[in-house]
Amino acid sequence: MRPLHLAARLAVIVALFAGVASLSNWPFYHQIPENSGVVMLTFVHGADRKGECRRLTAEEIAKLPPNMRRVQECPRGRRPIYVELDVDSRNVYRASLAPTGIAGDGPSRVYQRFVLPAGRHDVAVRMRDTARPEGFDHERRDNVELSPDQMFVIDYRPESGGFVFR
Amino acid sequence: MIGAVRSALRIGFALIEQPFDRLFGPALSPLAQLGALGFFFFWIVAVSGIYLFIFFDTGIERAYQSVEYLTRDLWFHAGVMRSFHRYASDLMVVMVAVHLLREFAYDRYRGVRWYSWFTGLPIIWLLYASGITGYWLVWDKLAQYVALVSSELLDWLPIFGEPIARNFISTGTLTSRFFSLMVFMHVAVPLFLLFIMWVHILRISRPKVNPPRALALLSLAALVAVSIWKPAISQGPADLAQVPSPVGLDWFFLPLYPLTNIWSNGTVWALLGAFSLMIALMPWLPPLRLAKPAEIDLAHCNGCTRCAEDCPYEAIRMVGRTDGMPFPTQAQVNPSLCVSCGICVGACPSSTPFRRTQDLRTGIDLPEFSLKQLREKVIEVAGRLQGTGRVLVLACEHGAAAGRLKETVVLPCVAMAPPSLIDFVLSRDLADGVVVAGCAESACYNRLGVKWTEQRFAAERDPYLRARVPRERIATVWASALAVSRAEAEIADFASRIASLPPKRLRSPLPVSAASRSLKTLETAKGPA
Repeated sequence: MRPLHLAARLAVIVALFAGVASLSNWPFYHQIPENSGVVMLTFVHGADRKGECRRLTAEEIAKLPPNMRRVQECPRGRRPIYVELDVDSRNVYRASLAPTGIAGDGPSRVYQRFVLPAGRHDVAVRMRDTARPEGFDHERRDNVELSPDQMFVIDYRPESGGFVFR
Repeated sequence: MIGAVRSALRIGFALIEQPFDRLFGPALSPLAQLGALGFFFFWIVAVSGIYLFIFFDTGIERAYQSVEYLTRDLWFHAGVMRSFHRYASDLMVVMVAVHLLREFAYDRYRGVRWYSWFTGLPIIWLLYASGITGYWLVWDKLAQYVALVSSELLDWLPIFGEPIARNFISTGTLTSRFFSLMVFMHVAVPLFLLFIMWVHILRISRPKVNPPRALALLSLAALVAVSIWKPAISQGPADLAQVPSPVGLDWFFLPLYPLTNIWSNGTVWALLGAFSLMIALMPWLPPLRLAKPAEIDLAHCNGCTRCAEDCPYEAIRMVGRTDGMPFPTQAQVNPSLCVSCGICVGACPSSTPFRRTQDLRTGIDLPEFSLKQLREKVIEVAGRLQGTGRVLVLACEHGAAAGRLKETVVLPCVAMAPPSLIDFVLSRDLADGVVVAGCAESACYNRLGVKWTEQRFAAERDPYLRARVPRERIATVWASALAVSRAEAEIADFASRIASLPPKRLRSPLPVSAASRSLKTLETAKGPA
């Protein structure tokens, strides 16, 4: 094999590989516009059961197999939770979130992303997880300073007292 | 519709392959070694991955730090290995994609080839799963983006109780165990990929799993050069409080990820599902109509194994003798694997047109285009040759000469013609020269037809072309269906050379006059075989 021929072959392969290497991290991808951030509304929360627990009578308990006797009968399924999110007094999200699970007894889940311009925003989130027909069981409203590329998370943590902004 | 796309792609490949063939030669052309290069890059990824694992730390903070350390402080070995790992993975994706397109373009995915095509589909999925899990391990901004989008896609599937994407939106939710899990995934998935790659080539005779040494060395040298010129680097540590934007995407592994920002995750899954379904069903859209498979004639089979060795489709195997003849084995054709290429007919030592029996029979033959019919066709076409420099063309139906109307006998594959047929044509003075015109050397439709023909002519592979056959009266033209003008020019050039040669000195046991007699005369002639 002549050296020139060999060099030409190598040059072609290097050029092809260089093209592949270039596309391995270029061109850059901007998943959000410049000077904007993301407000993420996400939590997992189980609403109340669909009905009240009922105390079984002595006759009803006696009818049950000995190994399955219990004093209360509770409906398994959960209610959906209702969530609203307002940004700068404008509603951006409202949904009734069904419980998960085949029997509908799992928690409801929400995972929503909102791209907002960086700057100060009035953020209000509300949730209803009981049988009440209107109004909300949990609410939080705050003025939030969203910096460019910030991931601002709205979570719900009962152990922390309700909605958590971070 | 599919046929039109295939034709357009075929034209594209033929145009691209010509300069590659000129520069590299048919044996070294990367486009003829795509599968082998895929295996080669897999091994580079595997070896470089094992090397990188020596330095990798699976802690949540330490993962990024360890990768940075090996990239910057140990750049001259571990850093280069990281680039090898990254770029060889990308190159494997390129090889797989081009390999898939090329096999589609050349219609090498239907009929008995459905198996290799079909098993290629899980290779694509596993290759992407391997690459994507690898990107998570670096735990830089790209890893954060990949983790978030991947988990959002997985969350769309109703298999996880709690959204796993929630682990990647705020600090404190991720533990070091996650990296242990990802390391396990990044080792287990490629191992399974290797297993499926083995399954993929199970039904291929003499699969090319190693590229020629020269091409492998050139590729390694090019990888070293590119790794030094543009080392693979991280994109800053992951920060879950920040949106990873902008991010330098690997467009080979992650081209669909930006779509999740435009479409819903369900739509992206639907796209992937539709693509997979289409690939899986393509061998039957529409199914390939094949001629009847080859048949064995035990009366003429001595179990020599040449047909089994030459079959590119593993369609022939040797089994115990069933007819009481004093040979240990006999050939057996698996009809579901036979494509009726006729290469086995050309390999059979019984396939000699000199045989003078009334009904020319051979050990293995094609029911729809037998050796007898081939001999008849050769004699018929040769009978119409006139003037000086009479050239008979034996053409592959997939090559450049397949469309010739005159002086040409078209075969399913040129390797169907036994070397004794050339001897027959020249020694019987049916023509002054013979051209064997097949597919392009690097793109033989039946994979091994060109190679076997060349080896038989060079007396390197049974059955040999006899030494008495004047080599100056034989020419081979390897040209794709698009290179018709080149093939015609080579045939014309050969014909003019033949015309200038002195008359043949025939060494056939038959007199010259017998050669020009009609088929009937030949069939009924008496004399030794």
